[in-house]
Amino acid sequence: MRHQLSLKIGPATFRIGSAWRQPVAQLAQLYADYPQVSGEIADFTVRLEPAGAFRRWVRPSIFITGDHGLADAAPMSLIHGLLAAEMGMNLQMALGWRRHLLLHASSVEKDGRALVMTGESGSGKSTLAAQLGERGWRLMGDEFALLDLVTGSVFPFPRLISLKNEAIGVVAGETPGERMGPLLKGTAKGDIRHLVPRADAVARMGEGAKPALLLFPRFGHAAEVRPVGQGEVFMRLTQASTNYVALGESGFRALTRFVQDVPARAIDFPSGEAAVALVERLWDELA
Amino acid sequence: MSSALLVAALREPKSVAALDGSGWNALIAAARAERLIGTLALRIGAALAPDAVRPILTDARLDAEREARQALWEADRAAEALGGPVLLLKGTAYVAAGLKAGEGRFIGDLDILAPRERMDEVEAGLHAAGWEWVKQDDYDDAYYRQWMHELPPMIHRERDRMIDVHHTILPLTARQTPDARALMEDAVAITDRLSVLSPEDMVCHSVAHLLADGDLAGGLRNLWDIHCLLDNVDAERLGVRAKRHGIGRHVAQAQRLAAALYGGGRRQRLTVWDRLVIGRLLARDDWGRETRKLLRFAFYIRSHWLRMPPTMLARHLFTKWRKGHRPV
Repeated sequence: MRHQLSLKIGPATFRIGSAWRQPVAQLAQLYADYPQVSGEIADFTVRLEPAGAFRRWVRPSIFITGDHGLADAAPMSLIHGLLAAEMGMNLQMALGWRRHLLLHASSVEKDGRALVMTGESGSGKSTLAAQLGERGWRLMGDEFALLDLVTGSVFPFPRLISLKNEAIGVVAGETPGERMGPLLKGTAKGDIRHLVPRADAVARMGEGAKPALLLFPRFGHAAEVRPVGQGEVFMRLTQASTNYVALGESGFRALTRFVQDVPARAIDFPSGEAAVALVERLWDELA
Repeated sequence: MSSALLVAALREPKSVAALDGSGWNALIAAARAERLIGTLALRIGAALAPDAVRPILTDARLDAEREARQALWEADRAAEALGGPVLLLKGTAYVAAGLKAGEGRFIGDLDILAPRERMDEVEAGLHAAGWEWVKQDDYDDAYYRQWMHELPPMIHRERDRMIDVHHTILPLTARQTPDARALMEDAVAITDRLSVLSPEDMVCHSVAHLLADGDLAGGLRNLWDIHCLLDNVDAERLGVRAKRHGIGRHVAQAQRLAAALYGGGRRQRLTVWDRLVIGRLLARDDWGRETRKLLRFAFYIRSHWLRMPPTMLARHLFTKWRKGHRPV
């Protein structure tokens, strides 16, 4: 491929190839402080290809694929190339990673223990993780929490944090500008702006933590905390995992252990400030 | 050309010792694209792989084990649904029979063979057990039923797994007419619920699929199957069966191709046509992308040309084109 870059994020190495310079240049800039792995053997290949014969130049359109692809993935505009590259890495992980149970969750760490937050897109888990990451917690990731199949520890996957719509303003207000990526307007999920995790998150990206609390956050409601039964937690986490079925018995054992060992709560909150206060209080009580 | 690396690694696993980082990246990309990564993982022992590659190969091996388990379960479910033994084809058959071709093999759909006169019965049995039609299009449905060698594909509504019910091994419009009854008569029982084709018929089926029908997509894997299956056949019997199914020429070519790409020892003389097919089989770059678009397209056209007479082909392509289907 014409332009390329290798990135190591947590335990996984990606080789990203692009028909255009721009997405690779943006990645190189935002991931500049990550470990240098060029020329190494990659776990996954990500490709950003023209969606049709002339779409490299005329209304450039990116088809995201790689080792593992989705035939019906919608092409993206070149101005959203950075997002396409990020989605490409997610896609490879979601479809191909087998060394951990993947939970579609954000996670942060304090004192060697991890707080895991999972929920639908729009639940506020990314924003909450980003905010906690700016306020004394170590950010582990906002997309996937990697659950070790044997030890039960959670490992980080600290890619860029993808902030959407209102969350952009909220987080940008308390973050130095050089850690924010370009504003991508009008994507399928609205406006998106990426946040580079703090240096400690990157430096310690190989370091796992024992999960101590699981939260199901929900943004936009009056503050409330509800218990969640183990059966429901188990079902929700199987749905939040992209490789639970593929892992078979080892995935089942890891998830069972997680559900039995980690207290879980559903939380509602009306604002970021309220959420952070609620999380800190629950952490002190439960974790 | 990363497919050449893949072929070399399968033929001679020790050849990977010479690979650098980018060589390994190219090899892995090709093996994944050709769905041969599980096979590759079993061919290359842990000792030959660098540290960064070992977990990739371990994952591939575990995936292949899971696929084999799932495939056998699907076969068992089909036997249950049909209330009797099923005759397995392709990947599931290789795994069920414990053949080398099944080791590490990617297994997509469940393929079974049943007599054409029993199609209604088979369809009803599968339907009652939860399999549903994939294609909603009336033209496709009618086309399958009238002209193809199989029912339109069905998918299980809970398990999300496809089944292809074949009644012979080439489209009814193809120039060759394999003897489906002979395939079934000589089938070999594996358990009281599962059977597979005889070793010679397995080769004939795989060859028909690769050379007499397909556009050679996934051809490196099919040729690997053939290479492994050829170990179990009696050469004379194979010749007789190939002739009976009308694909003697194709079987001979498959033997030359398998020997050229995967065989050790002395190579047979290759024809110009053999070289073109090999060119098509190896058309992949270091990023796992398809290359030689024109050659691929030519093979795609040819696969249709072989499947049906010209006027029918024209009508078919026109109908598909009007519906928005674009090749390659």
